[in-house]
Amino acid sequence: MSQLSTRHLLGIKDITEQDINTVFETADNFKEVLNRPIKKVPSLRDITIANIFFENSTRTKLSFELAEKRLSADVVNFSSSTSSVKKGETLIDTVNNILSMKVDMVVMRHSSPGAAHFLSRNIKANIVNAGDGTHEHPTQALLDAFSIREKLGDVAGKKVAIIGDILHSRVALSNIFCLQKLGAEVMVCGPVTLLPKHIASLGVKVEYDVKKALQWCDVANVLRIQLERQQIKYFPSLREYSLYFGINRKMLEQLDKEIVIMHPGPINRGVELNSDVADSEHSIILHQVENGVAVRMAVLYLLAGVR
Amino acid sequence: MNKRLVLDQKQIDITLRRFCHQLIENHDDFDNTVLLGLQPRGPVVSDRLVELIEEIKGIKVPYGYLDATFHRDDFRRREFPLKANETKIDFLIEGKKVILVDDVLYKGRSVRAAMDAMIAFGRPQKVELMVLIDRKFTRDYPIKPDYFGRQVNTLESQYVSVEWASKGFEQDAIWITEKVKS
Repeated sequence: MSQLSTRHLLGIKDITEQDINTVFETADNFKEVLNRPIKKVPSLRDITIANIFFENSTRTKLSFELAEKRLSADVVNFSSSTSSVKKGETLIDTVNNILSMKVDMVVMRHSSPGAAHFLSRNIKANIVNAGDGTHEHPTQALLDAFSIREKLGDVAGKKVAIIGDILHSRVALSNIFCLQKLGAEVMVCGPVTLLPKHIASLGVKVEYDVKKALQWCDVANVLRIQLERQQIKYFPSLREYSLYFGINRKMLEQLDKEIVIMHPGPINRGVELNSDVADSEHSIILHQVENGVAVRMAVLYLLAGVR
Repeated sequence: MNKRLVLDQKQIDITLRRFCHQLIENHDDFDNTVLLGLQPRGPVVSDRLVELIEEIKGIKVPYGYLDATFHRDDFRRREFPLKANETKIDFLIEGKKVILVDDVLYKGRSVRAAMDAMIAFGRPQKVELMVLIDRKFTRDYPIKPDYFGRQVNTLESQYVSVEWASKGFEQDAIWITEKVKS
């Protein structure tokens, strides 16, 4: 029997190490399913899932939708740009209306931190947080840790540097929680203006020099500069950011070891990551995308299976 | 605890050897036949059969393990989802003769799910079912084994437990026991 300690996946902070390992073991089985000639299982055939995206997304939305379809769930998609949200409907009204059409699970992305928690307190369906503002993005952290486990055999004891815009990143926060729960050491690295003031209180190392961070780590998870969330200027120019914090092949060649490069996407090529790194043998970026479907299948399966 | 022995180590060995000879009789040199052990308890039986066929006939029969957890019809009817096991099939079963192997046949629901899962690997030419113990009169689906070791009459309140020396038991044995009331 396998079960999670929760009915919703709102954030990594709320789940246990055992939950994470249960997701990984189930994802191993789904990864095998995805390599079969027929990549579909009938597990969720009587379940309807609503994907509610109040914010743009390519990978996450596609990955969730594919995961749901591989599990034979019925899927309805909703994006705020084409909906009545534009006419002034509240979040809870929008979701309640969707639920009255007999939806069992909701996968939601929203620009406000805590939106998924708010929803879970007010409606009956299982909620999966697909990103809430600058707060958490739990499935991304799970698939990142799953990819590290796949590449290096284990997450415990590994050194992971998260490099880039930590201040605006939900991926960073979820990754820190997830990696620490699994016993990895975590460092954050970026310009001082893009690191939250009290980040060290989470028990992470803080580094301002990207070369030192690369020398320290086994895995570098490089994040995008989230210009759309930046109301003020945090650094003089993208070109300057790229000169000080961008990672190129030469920097990797100067290290006395091999490190793994990850990126949650979308990549700004030439800003945080050069193409000669993103497309190199060090990079597991496309494996992350592949694993995303298996990990999301596992999350949906485990949440839907609890009566 | 009330416990009745159905097959002991020697009888299990005789049954497994009989299975091998029956398979050799029907499948000759196994050039188009594969064995699939149904997880979680079928692989022990299928592993033994593969070994014995190699010993008797000198042929290594292609074999794999099939897990049907994601194809079961009791998802969301149980309290929690079942834990899945490894599926390991590194060949296509398109056009093959498939022998599904399990230890005990009870309601027939796992076999139904297994046949559903099996189709994901291709369309087999023929499928046969081989079980060590056939619990008679307990079927929920119209499923019948092609090969069985022993047929037994059992009650709902009873459980057939299969013990293997390779799994840490003293010796191979199959028992009928009363289910522990919780």
